[in-house]
Amino acid sequence: MTTVWSGGALAEAIEAFAPGSVESSAGSDVWLKPESISTVCEGLKIRSEFKFDLLSSLTAVDYIDHFEVVYHLTSLPMNASAVLKSRVGHGRTEASIASVVPIWRGADYQEREVWDLMGIRFDGHPNHKRIMLWEGYPGHPLRKDYVTYDQSIASTAPGAADSLKGAE
Amino acid sequence: MTGPKLIDPYGTPAGADPRGALQSITLDLDRTEGESVNKMKSTHLEPFPDPVLEVPDDLKRSVIVSSVDYLLNWARKSSVFPLQSGLACCSFEMISAAMARFDLARFGMEAMRASPRQADLLIVAGTLTWKMAVPLRRLYDQMAEPRWVISMGVCATSGGPYYQSYSVVPGVNHIMPVDVYVPGCPPRPDALLYGIMQLHDKIRRYSLNGQAAGRE
Repeated sequence: MTTVWSGGALAEAIEAFAPGSVESSAGSDVWLKPESISTVCEGLKIRSEFKFDLLSSLTAVDYIDHFEVVYHLTSLPMNASAVLKSRVGHGRTEASIASVVPIWRGADYQEREVWDLMGIRFDGHPNHKRIMLWEGYPGHPLRKDYVTYDQSIASTAPGAADSLKGAE
Repeated sequence: MTGPKLIDPYGTPAGADPRGALQSITLDLDRTEGESVNKMKSTHLEPFPDPVLEVPDDLKRSVIVSSVDYLLNWARKSSVFPLQSGLACCSFEMISAAMARFDLARFGMEAMRASPRQADLLIVAGTLTWKMAVPLRRLYDQMAEPRWVISMGVCATSGGPYYQSYSVVPGVNHIMPVDVYVPGCPPRPDALLYGIMQLHDKIRRYSLNGQAAGRE
């Protein structure tokens, strides 16, 4: 049975080797400060008490006033899993966070997908470009304020303008 | 920090393109591709009219039965080779239509051609995205006339469940003229066979006097 790290325990363990990097914790989640993501992830991968050698998934959520990048980690040697989160792009400004491709190479395509569909920039990514949509595509379609640009019905739908306003 | 220092898996040299070493190689390709997709999106706004067989007025009053037409059309409809191309889940229904149970070979269609040069029929089986529209239109252009197109399933016909999606073509008739539409999500092999038989009926009605077979 896979052990799931509780948020509190993981926050304490992270604070032990990277002080000041945890923002908050609740349930099974730990919210990290975006500027400390590289340090923490590197530690979680190579330190003997974690050995998180597998990044199960990397995704992002649009919370209107900010974005959240979510990391699901798995440790095969310790048979454990953990969830890291990080809030970026407050006020829908330029959202960016450090890339974890140097730590887990499997993050490559997932970070490109998040950039493509959600528009979060990953600094230090070795091949930072769209992965599914084509070059020259306007906008990032999974954002809450995205309005399908070539379908007149979508842009004239009731509330379309309001939802765009609320997002700003 | 304990343990070995992790290195960049791609060996990006210092001072390289900040977007990444790989991107500096492929950027031109991506831009060309993106331009072709955007060009197709902006130029294929209206659907093509469906090719229908119209009998000119002066021929309507006098019936012409041509044995050459009959022979030619019989030969054409009995050897419609489909292009081996599938876009999504509908293609599995197309594949099972070609298998022993439904047996497409009964219609002389068992030879799914891997090359568009040898194919007569393009079965658009599945969701067509704008990014795939460019290669599919190229395949269609490479097919020799007479050529026919079957739109299989609601995705290919109108976008289906992905109607108004940011990435899906709202009907393959925006990209190429369609002869027969087969509804269903996905259509059973029987439905595809019925669509193919409708196409056979259509081919049977071409005439050397009238409209040339399989033209836009």
